[in-house]
Amino acid sequence: MTAASTPTPPGADEAREDGPPAGTDAARHDGTETGTATVRSDERLVHRSLFQRLLGRPELGAVVGAIAVFVVFSVVADSFLRASSLSTVLYASSTLGIMAVPVALLMIGGEFDLSTGVMVTTSSLVSSMFSYQMTANVWVGVGVSLLVTLGIGLFNGYMLVRTKLPSFIITLGTFLMLTGLNLGLTKAISGTVSTKTISDMEGFASARALFASELTLGPADIQITVVWWLGLVALATWLLLRTKAGNWIFAVGGGQETARAVGVPVARTKIGLYLGVALGAWISGQHLLFNYDVVQSGEGVGNELIYIAAAVIGGCLLTGGYGSAVGAAVGAFIFGMTSKGIVYAQWEPDWFKFFLGAMLLVAVLLNAYIRKRAEAKR
Amino acid sequence: MSAEKAAGTEQAGTAHEPQRAADTGAGTAAEKTADAQGTPLVELRDVSKFYGNIRALEGVSLQVHAGEISCVLGDNGAGKSTLIKIVAGLHQHDAGSFRVNGEETRLSSPRDALDRGIATVYQDLAVVPLMPVWRNFFLGSEPTRGRGPFARLDVEQMRRTTHSELLRMGIDLRDVDQPIGTLSGGERQCVAIARAVYFGAKVLVLDEPTAALGVKQSGVVLKYVAAARDAGLGVVLITHNPHHAYLVGDRFVLLKRGAMAGSHRKEELALEELTRQMSGGSELEQLSHELERAPVPEHLR
Repeated sequence: MTAASTPTPPGADEAREDGPPAGTDAARHDGTETGTATVRSDERLVHRSLFQRLLGRPELGAVVGAIAVFVVFSVVADSFLRASSLSTVLYASSTLGIMAVPVALLMIGGEFDLSTGVMVTTSSLVSSMFSYQMTANVWVGVGVSLLVTLGIGLFNGYMLVRTKLPSFIITLGTFLMLTGLNLGLTKAISGTVSTKTISDMEGFASARALFASELTLGPADIQITVVWWLGLVALATWLLLRTKAGNWIFAVGGGQETARAVGVPVARTKIGLYLGVALGAWISGQHLLFNYDVVQSGEGVGNELIYIAAAVIGGCLLTGGYGSAVGAAVGAFIFGMTSKGIVYAQWEPDWFKFFLGAMLLVAVLLNAYIRKRAEAKR
Repeated sequence: MSAEKAAGTEQAGTAHEPQRAADTGAGTAAEKTADAQGTPLVELRDVSKFYGNIRALEGVSLQVHAGEISCVLGDNGAGKSTLIKIVAGLHQHDAGSFRVNGEETRLSSPRDALDRGIATVYQDLAVVPLMPVWRNFFLGSEPTRGRGPFARLDVEQMRRTTHSELLRMGIDLRDVDQPIGTLSGGERQCVAIARAVYFGAKVLVLDEPTAALGVKQSGVVLKYVAAARDAGLGVVLITHNPHHAYLVGDRFVLLKRGAMAGSHRKEELALEELTRQMSGGSELEQLSHELERAPVPEHLR
């Protein structure tokens, strides 16, 4: 400034005239530019993350699939859209979903449980037989069943963290043992393959109200399992996304050694996940018992794969570390819609499993494709 | 800063409390020399570790002082990872003495090590790739709001802190929600280092932080290693690259087949000497002899 003003007064004048406004203008311009820049980058951030959040959601594939299945059955089955049909569909989805949600958490935590299907049966058998044999209030049986089922979950989890064997093997062992125990003990105690009726026993009505009642909601009757199901989804979602434990579940599934190295209690987290599965099996088992009054001891075999399939359709990675509870619920909903929709469409129900299998493959391919797209976008 | 104040009072009057100087992690240049003679943050003396009848480590000594970088060099299988596992609390030593702040210690778990201010950043398992950056940053030490069963993650604070802490290290993330696996290897190491510094680690153990990185990214990581040192942390840098080690190191411990092959301070050592010792001096001469062009044998002509 001074160097410019000394040699040429007119230049200095010019500089003085132009300088200050130019300077303030520049300053103001600078200010606004950085202002808009930050605003712009914020906008970009919000815009991008919304877009990405949608693409990056693990549930996306399942939601798209659910809409497709819904549309198909709405078109081909006239009765599908009736309130009573939808409530039947919801009921079928809920009985699966109550198990699919904790199974999904377990899979996000990087483990399998093949004993879930028969564990449900074990839970209801224990409840029924304890109450009947002890001629106790059915609530005592319900409580004992809770302890036994949690015990099985604890066994699975403890064996896993102690032996460090793959959970596939350990729970395959539990699955086979429970299948045998269900049949063997029921026959030894009741003399037949099913339990005795307990509907005339004390506390049955109140237990039935909690586990197997119907709520009237406008034109449709909603089974209480739907409430349990949605409650579990909400609880699991909150646990996964908003608590320490949720962070740990993602971490032990996505990088167990890393998690251990930064101080995450890996063993406790995994055992907790197996206890969660056991809790789901208990709710599910009590529903079976109080809905049908008697329990067939051979039931439940094969359901464990359906739960896993629902979780996978819902976006859970088989290798762990990725997935969501809402996705698993949507996966269960797809199963519910298909199993009942085939009936309403008056198709041959023998084809049900075929459709499920095809859907599983399509869903997994869709998930993989979407995830790749989402990651390429970043 | 309260740490400096505490160190100041310590210097003024209490010579019989050398441990507190180490505790406060004093890191200014003036205190560094005084501290160097004081109690090391971590000290291993004649530490040995056996896996069954295999000698993984025998008679290894290492000192880590606040504001200094101790480099552990060695070839594959020299015992570097065993050493790191002992310091990190993953394994326990079988013989010798392991002192933290002058106190004889056996670390029972990585959590135990963290509670004593020893944070370890592993080369290949520094982060969980599928998890968002902010979840990784706070993994294992998540801040919560509310109490009991209603304790929930303080997500806003976690996101904000992650962004600002990474910005301080020169990583400007567009989105802390992106999976950390989408960051480059150097950035991931930096996130792990930033995390350790943020959680108040006094000793930072780095396992081959530059091993899988290119020249430029290695430079970035070394810069943050130096920054951690300047912040008053004691750093253990495990590497097999003598050039990287010599750039930042104050002390050098050389390992060979589980035993000490040398322990030097930077003043006593030239880079050429370090490189020669690292590459195994005489072994290299032997190798060069073997690789010399020899006349083609008769039957191959």
